[in-house]
Amino acid sequence: MTQWTRIATLDDIPRLGARVVRADTMDIALFRTSSDQVFALRDQCPHKGGPLSQGIVHGGTVTCPLHNWKIDLASGEAQGPDEGCAHSFPVKVEKGVVYLAYSVKEEAA
Amino acid sequence: MRERLVLIGNGMAGMRTVEELLKLDAERYQITVFGAEPHPNYNRMMLSPVLAGDKTVDDIVLNSRQWYSDNGVELHTGDPVVSIDRVGRKVVTAEGRSVAYDRLLVATGSTPLIIPVPGADKPGVLGFRDVADVATMLAASREHRNAVVIGGGLLGLEAANGLLRNGMQVTVVHLLDVLMERQLDKPAAAFLKASLEEKGLRFLMEARTAEILGDERVTGVRFADGMVVDADLVVMAVGIRPNVELARQAGVHCNRGIVVDDTMQTFDPRIYAVGECVEHRSTCYGLVAPLFDQAKVCANHLARMGISRYEGSVTSTKLKVTGVDLFSAGEFNGAEGDETLVLQDPAQGIYKKLVIRDDRVKGAVLYGDTMDGSWYFQLMREGTDISAFRGSILFGQHDLGDAGHGDARVLALPDSAEVCGCNGVCKGEIVDAIVKKGLFTLEDVRAHTKASSSCGSCTGLVEALLANTVGEGYAETPSKKPVCSCTDHSHDEVIRTIREQQLKDMPALRAFLSWRTPDGCAVCRPALNYYLLAAWPGEYQDDAQSRFINERAHGNIQKDGTYSVVPRLFGGLVTPSELRAIADVAEKFEVPEVKITGGQRIDLFGIKKEDLPPMWADLNAAGMVSGHAYGKALRTCKTCVGSDWCRFGTQDSTGLGVKLEQLTWGSWMPHKFKMAVSGCPRNCAEATIKDFGVVCVDSGYELHVGGNGGIKVRVTDLLCKVETEAQVLEYCAAFIQLYREEAHYLERTAPWVERVGLNHVKQRILDDPQGRQALYQRFKYSQQFSQSDPWKARADGAEAREYAPLRIA
Repeated sequence: MTQWTRIATLDDIPRLGARVVRADTMDIALFRTSSDQVFALRDQCPHKGGPLSQGIVHGGTVTCPLHNWKIDLASGEAQGPDEGCAHSFPVKVEKGVVYLAYSVKEEAA
Repeated sequence: MRERLVLIGNGMAGMRTVEELLKLDAERYQITVFGAEPHPNYNRMMLSPVLAGDKTVDDIVLNSRQWYSDNGVELHTGDPVVSIDRVGRKVVTAEGRSVAYDRLLVATGSTPLIIPVPGADKPGVLGFRDVADVATMLAASREHRNAVVIGGGLLGLEAANGLLRNGMQVTVVHLLDVLMERQLDKPAAAFLKASLEEKGLRFLMEARTAEILGDERVTGVRFADGMVVDADLVVMAVGIRPNVELARQAGVHCNRGIVVDDTMQTFDPRIYAVGECVEHRSTCYGLVAPLFDQAKVCANHLARMGISRYEGSVTSTKLKVTGVDLFSAGEFNGAEGDETLVLQDPAQGIYKKLVIRDDRVKGAVLYGDTMDGSWYFQLMREGTDISAFRGSILFGQHDLGDAGHGDARVLALPDSAEVCGCNGVCKGEIVDAIVKKGLFTLEDVRAHTKASSSCGSCTGLVEALLANTVGEGYAETPSKKPVCSCTDHSHDEVIRTIREQQLKDMPALRAFLSWRTPDGCAVCRPALNYYLLAAWPGEYQDDAQSRFINERAHGNIQKDGTYSVVPRLFGGLVTPSELRAIADVAEKFEVPEVKITGGQRIDLFGIKKEDLPPMWADLNAAGMVSGHAYGKALRTCKTCVGSDWCRFGTQDSTGLGVKLEQLTWGSWMPHKFKMAVSGCPRNCAEATIKDFGVVCVDSGYELHVGGNGGIKVRVTDLLCKVETEAQVLEYCAAFIQLYREEAHYLERTAPWVERVGLNHVKQRILDDPQGRQALYQRFKYSQQFSQSDPWKARADGAEAREYAPLRIA
């Protein structure tokens, strides 16, 4: 069963930007697009572990700040010639509040 | 319902248009393509290598049948369109298909000219145009011995070479005394002829064909002077004729080609035309590069974006004959009053000629060493002032010290050589991708291989590989390079538009220039942000989310996601109390590593992001501000000790360095900007590899510009000598402002000075005192808004959420 955890308000995340969520054993990046969609990915680029939360967000994509890999926000998949996937977490926005489906089990995954 | 677009002609120009259109708007049209040939779209330029056996037909397919179905494009091959009904707006094919259109694109290409001499219709006489011709030639080469190629132009020589490689005895017949007279001057043509004769080709120059002999099949060719040459195969390559019959029958206005305007529209507004079948501004093109330019423009208008115009093309040519290096572009014969630079080395088989007019390259012919062809072509198309390096231009770009951009020697490298050091991409992988995936542009190569997509220093190498691998089809070496794949506009166009249209925010700018992506991308956003900031100081609201992380966080991100902190030490001077404060901060925040930088500063490594603001607060308290070691900004001014202490010092270099840094710190730039002041010509501060360097001499100050260490070291150019410190400050600020206003984002001063020419900089700074003053004033005005310490603002609580992580409760 999905357990939704309240994380932040939508306003806490800059538009076309991201925030880092510090969970027990890892960082999760929360992204907000120009159309106010919110996505959550493990804050680790599949390439060399770069913090995706620090990248530039454009469309449904974030560009990793270390080596410019482009990661799809919805799936976590690397685009273009690169291959790899950042773990994605379910996330929802209700009445301006952002909820993340995050459990210890998923953390282990 | 979607509109219907019908394409007549499944060749390179038409299909390139369809591809460009799908990129712009994949939904607008339901697309149907008719091709007369039974093949999917292939790279016609590569027929010569197929004939020569270097490639197979499968190698040169550009769009497979799978591609058509994946993209929802209906393809009918082997079924040519036989009529266009403009009133009923439909086309009818040979097999009787009738398809209606809302927009029609005609790309029927051209047909080889067949000289109307008696016997020209005999079996064994053909042109060199398509896969079927190649198949016929290959079959003939297996059964027959003697071939005659009529026409000593580009295509004829490639055909002759291919037949020779297949074991035939080949005679090339040419009407004039100069081979490839449309591309070569006499000396280069003589070199070429000698080299091809050595390979085994025979030539009959100034020979007029009178009759093709034979009964069932061709047996020989008789010339006007009565001479007869045996031939089992005759290839006519004397020119092409645009295929306009279909359009003409439908009443579309045609001259030699189908007449189109700058939007590629014919006289019927529903009908567009591209490629070799068109006539644009009285010119018909037979090379592929112009077709790609046309395709881009045509797609833009089919997508109803309506913003681009085709204004004709400057073309260059490379001959695809193994072992023959030949390049030609522009007005290679020159006009009266032009200057000609020539390098001739008959023993090595090298000939280079450049035609120069008003200090600009107007044409080039290269034989034997064509590595710099794409460079000369670029200089020509961009109209670069070459007076600064005229003395060495014939020796090539390599000889110039080109600030790391472009080194045609890449062609000589083995396949295993690493071209892109950032992403570890080797030459072989790049060439492979270009050939197998049919890539034509730098952007394509970046997307498929990652090469040149990081620091960009190998861009010149990748361009050289592209130019060499695809020959004249290389679509870039463009007169303008787009900022990124979100747009077709160049950096210069963006800079100009911002000022002319008084655009002061990014959404308005992107909307005005019809950006293809709503948010832009990680390449264009920082560039646009910079251009707006530089154009409207104090007015433009800086967009943090369009800054690369280093400039957003005001620290340099490291590979483990931590940051580094470099406090500003003006002129490299530091007090004991500042050192003590740095030491205290390092201990308090358990900084793992402290290092002295190359620019005479102290770097604290491994700082957690949330520790940055409190650390800056401590440094601020000791009187220190951000060193901007993370930004496209004024970095440091390095100094030597100068006349206060040094027994050789001629001026107070340290004091001057402090003043320079106080004047300029905080300013955002197109790229990082480094300065230095040396107290005497011994130059201990290494001022001659800086963006702006001062070398003090007894009588004043030498000002040097446009140097850098970095990927490729470039020594500065001497700008001028001045007498007072006040002048140094004024000239420095004026130079910086000129760079800030004119350079492209991420272009350092070295490539910028090379691009615009030192003369341009001298004109603006030295020859125009009022202009220099104005630049100086504009710089000082913009500094009002940039000289507030970003660290202090953040230590005081600004942008707090940038630094604070969220917690899971």
